[in-house]
Amino acid sequence: MTKGKTYSTGRVRGIVSNLVTVAIEGPVGQNEICFIQHGDTPLMAEVIRVEGRRAFVQVFESTRGLQPGMEVTFAGHLLEATLGPGILSRNYDGLMHDLNTMTGVFLKPGEYTSALDLERQWAFEPLAEAGQTVQAGSWLGEVDENGIAHKIMVPFQLEGTYELKSVAASGEYRVEDTIATLTDEQGSEVSVSMRQKFPVKKAVRAYRDKPRPYRLLETGVRTIDTLNPIVEGGTGFIPGPFGSGKTVLQQAISRQAEADVVIIAACGERANEVVDLFAEFPELDDPWTGRKLMERTTIIANTSNMPVAAREASVYTAMTIAEYYRSMGLKVLLLADSTSRWAQALREMSNRLEELPGPDAFPMDLSAIISNFYSRAGTVNLHNGQTGSITFIGTVSPAGGNLKEPVTESTKKVARCFYALSQQRADSKRYPAIDPIESYSKYLEYPELQRTLNQEIDPDWTDKVNQLRNRLIQGKEAAEQINILGDDGVSIDTHLTFWRSEVIDEIILQQNAFDDVDARTPMARQKYMADKILEVVKTPLDFERYEEVNPYFKRVINALKQMNYSEFESEKFNRHLGELKDILGERERELEA
Amino acid sequence: MTKKAFQRIYTQVDQITKATCTVRAEGVGYEELAVVNGRLAQVVKIQEQEITLQVFGGTEGVPTNAEVVFLGRPPALKVGDTLAGRFFNAYGDPIDQGPPIDGEEREIGGPAVNPVRRKQPSELIATGIAGIDLNNTLVTGQKIPFFADPDQPYNQVMATVALRAKADRIVLGGMGLTNDDYLYFRQVFEQAGALHRIVSFINTTEDPPVERLLVPDMALTAAEYFAVDKNENVLVLLTDMTLYADALSIVSNRMDQIPSKDSMPGSLYSDLARIYEKAVQFAEGGTITIIAVTTLSGGDITHAIPDNTGYITEGQLFLRRDTDIGKVIVDPFRSLSRLKQLVIGKKTREDHPQVMNAAVRLYADAANARTKLENGFELTDYDERALAFAKAYADQLLAIDVNMDTQDMLDTTWKLFANHFSLEEVGIKKELTDRFWPENVQA
Ligand SMILES: Nc1ncnc2c1ncn2[C@@H]1O[C@H](COP(=O)(O)OP(=O)(O)OP(=O)(O)O)[C@@H](O)[C@H]1O
Ligand SMILES: [Mg+2]
Repeated sequence: MTKGKTYSTGRVRGIVSNLVTVAIEGPVGQNEICFIQHGDTPLMAEVIRVEGRRAFVQVFESTRGLQPGMEVTFAGHLLEATLGPGILSRNYDGLMHDLNTMTGVFLKPGEYTSALDLERQWAFEPLAEAGQTVQAGSWLGEVDENGIAHKIMVPFQLEGTYELKSVAASGEYRVEDTIATLTDEQGSEVSVSMRQKFPVKKAVRAYRDKPRPYRLLETGVRTIDTLNPIVEGGTGFIPGPFGSGKTVLQQAISRQAEADVVIIAACGERANEVVDLFAEFPELDDPWTGRKLMERTTIIANTSNMPVAAREASVYTAMTIAEYYRSMGLKVLLLADSTSRWAQALREMSNRLEELPGPDAFPMDLSAIISNFYSRAGTVNLHNGQTGSITFIGTVSPAGGNLKEPVTESTKKVARCFYALSQQRADSKRYPAIDPIESYSKYLEYPELQRTLNQEIDPDWTDKVNQLRNRLIQGKEAAEQINILGDDGVSIDTHLTFWRSEVIDEIILQQNAFDDVDARTPMARQKYMADKILEVVKTPLDFERYEEVNPYFKRVINALKQMNYSEFESEKFNRHLGELKDILGERERELEA
Repeated sequence: MTKKAFQRIYTQVDQITKATCTVRAEGVGYEELAVVNGRLAQVVKIQEQEITLQVFGGTEGVPTNAEVVFLGRPPALKVGDTLAGRFFNAYGDPIDQGPPIDGEEREIGGPAVNPVRRKQPSELIATGIAGIDLNNTLVTGQKIPFFADPDQPYNQVMATVALRAKADRIVLGGMGLTNDDYLYFRQVFEQAGALHRIVSFINTTEDPPVERLLVPDMALTAAEYFAVDKNENVLVLLTDMTLYADALSIVSNRMDQIPSKDSMPGSLYSDLARIYEKAVQFAEGGTITIIAVTTLSGGDITHAIPDNTGYITEGQLFLRRDTDIGKVIVDPFRSLSRLKQLVIGKKTREDHPQVMNAAVRLYADAANARTKLENGFELTDYDERALAFAKAYADQLLAIDVNMDTQDMLDTTWKLFANHFSLEEVGIKKELTDRFWPENVQA
């Protein structure tokens, strides 16, 4: 932290789209931030390459009207996130400027609003005492942020250990007020406020270690929780062609997941989709706390029509905010839609820099960039023994829907859950269109997860999940046989195998994200339905003719579907359960006759 | 284009390519306009004093001593109420022999709306076409293209939709329109007595292709004037965006950019998004809705243009000839309106979402049956019924010549359900079948 230092300056020399070359006077750093003075407006930019006395900078704004000769001042720091109480429920652009405090209907280049409310008073309670040894991330105190105990920490940028000289008494403070003073090993003092800054492209490392994740993160989406669960601190990705349901699925997860804090990075996608969140989240309840969803959520909106360079920044900004809350011992869910747009922003810039292109003209190091980003997620044990987690789920928008493309392939190497959305399922409105057979959760192979699942849900849970999966695979094979040989070319058993897997598909996999009841299925209900479905598909049935199989199962499915649409164990639910029993009973009676 | 006193004239052109020329000049701003021997051009690259200009009309015949004048401003359009009823070229100059527009000059391609200042779209657009209103309901503030092969009647359908849509204002942006299609639009708008509501920016096949790049921004600047200044509901028609993207690729390839998929520039997604994202619902009530056309080649939607478009727009309307009934239909499988959730069952009857989904599922069953038939397998009774249903459904509802209100569409669908299927086969919530299943209605 270099205060009072003077920074280098320079002048604009060339402009192509948002890439500007600057003749520099004095030293500049790679990724250093600078401001190009356009009339009265300073436009923010980032150094992305230096060659001799020339710096190439990517401008986070439209470059319309820029001219050679315009003055550039370097800022002496990298692109940073501003961290402190008051981030939750705010809406930021990709550079963490508060969208709500901007003026006017249209975005104005260079209107850089503060990420935090500097005037607001927070009720601070100290958690540490003078004399304690502290380090980056140590909890000094806390304030109540929308019902969450927001920890005030030793800034992440501080290296080594410090002695806590003094900490403020309980009371009301603004984010910039000093709430603690530290002494370093040389005896110099550092004052700490409730606000700190941290470079977004660096990982926050203020924790002891990163254990393997082992606890289910309940999303209420059956095909995820039951078949391919994601875990607290896990990573997953959702590739799929346009319109296959990536956003709907991710938004469902953002509403329903069992998380303390949800950070949504709307990265290069539609503005109207963010508006949905703005409109709905203040109204909807967090199913876990009963508070409003917006209170636990922060939205980073860099929609597709906003400046491209800030799109790349937006995912890093979101990750840094997530790391900040994780360091408070919270369960953070981070969602990015779509990581392909971020990769495309990298591609646009790499092409403009005339770098040697990799596959599909993406930068050569795309894979490394993606893996580096995903590796920032995870569960951490903090130095004080508490744990926090970041679960990260990104969507991927493969060109032409073809999964053999660089972003999907690079992501597949690092993300442990793969939720492949299938065009075919989406076309036949089998939502969510997650292909149950292509998709996987590597976490299911973790013994530590298997243990918690069997402990918390059902001693035989993992076994039951396997049974469901096997039946889906058998059903797919049966469908193929029927397709090749015809309805009358296969045995009735083949029809039964197919229809039993259809029951699993229709009742467990398919879920209407827009139905109040069906949208979210708590784990207890998922267990109940899994048991019920296994019971149904195991019921021995005998049919004379294959033509009877289809209508019979349509009725079975219909009854079960009505159950899905009814409140769990309500009178209505039980009535449809009764119907199901009757339908199953019919066949049994016929068998006896 | 009047020259201002301080404008300097440059006559030293260093380099000329098919679409660009380079001149040494000072004090030039990025994206500024220039005139090169009378042709409009725009600054696309600045390297010290070396200024590269994209010449919209092409560089044919531009000499090395061409007269280059910089205009000191980016492309702009004069806006005002007198835009209504008028036809312009890609530069915003009248092509209808009418007087020039007297109004405020606005830069085209202006900044994005702050997302927190948008409102959630909520007003249904009724078109009378069931393939749209029933299955893919449109909402004001939406952006959606027709995906169609070049031989489909997309411009006719778009004109029909526009006229039925009850918009305060229609802005037509024609890119690479054939002269016949241009005259067609003029004629239908005139016959419908709607000319006074319509503003058109037209680039025809006879005009230089690079000029097309200005058309969407011109059209949307006019649209923003009516939607923001006048709080009007504006419908913008852009046809054909494939030709727009082709023009983008011409320019970027000539500027030696590394092409990505299908020789399209790597920035195609952002370039298209910048246009489509102008669709908006403003808090004060004005709206911009964009209906576009993206022509396909051989129905291929994996090509970079439709693919990137699909990732940007809020769905797509897929036109296809149904050989069974010999009519063009809005294909229920590949078509989608993403905003329909905001209105169906809310602004329309509550059975709408379920009826729509059930019909499409049954239509899919028919498609499976057809595959069986083609593979020479016997059909079950259910298959036969599904096929019969599909035919009636296509003829009475999906065909683009349908014109009825949503209530009738729903009632017709219920009738078709009851004619061909049992209650269980349709699989709709009991509360709804109790009220809408034809037998129950009569009871
Ligand atoms: N679970 C679901 N239940 C009901 N409908 C769904 C569901 N998932 C998706 N849909 C339908 O599919 C449409 C497209 O979904 P979505 O916007 O999530 O696609 P996407 O994969 O994000 O597409 P893009 O890549 O273009 O952003 C939705 O508008 C909705 O109509
Ligand atoms: Mg999406």
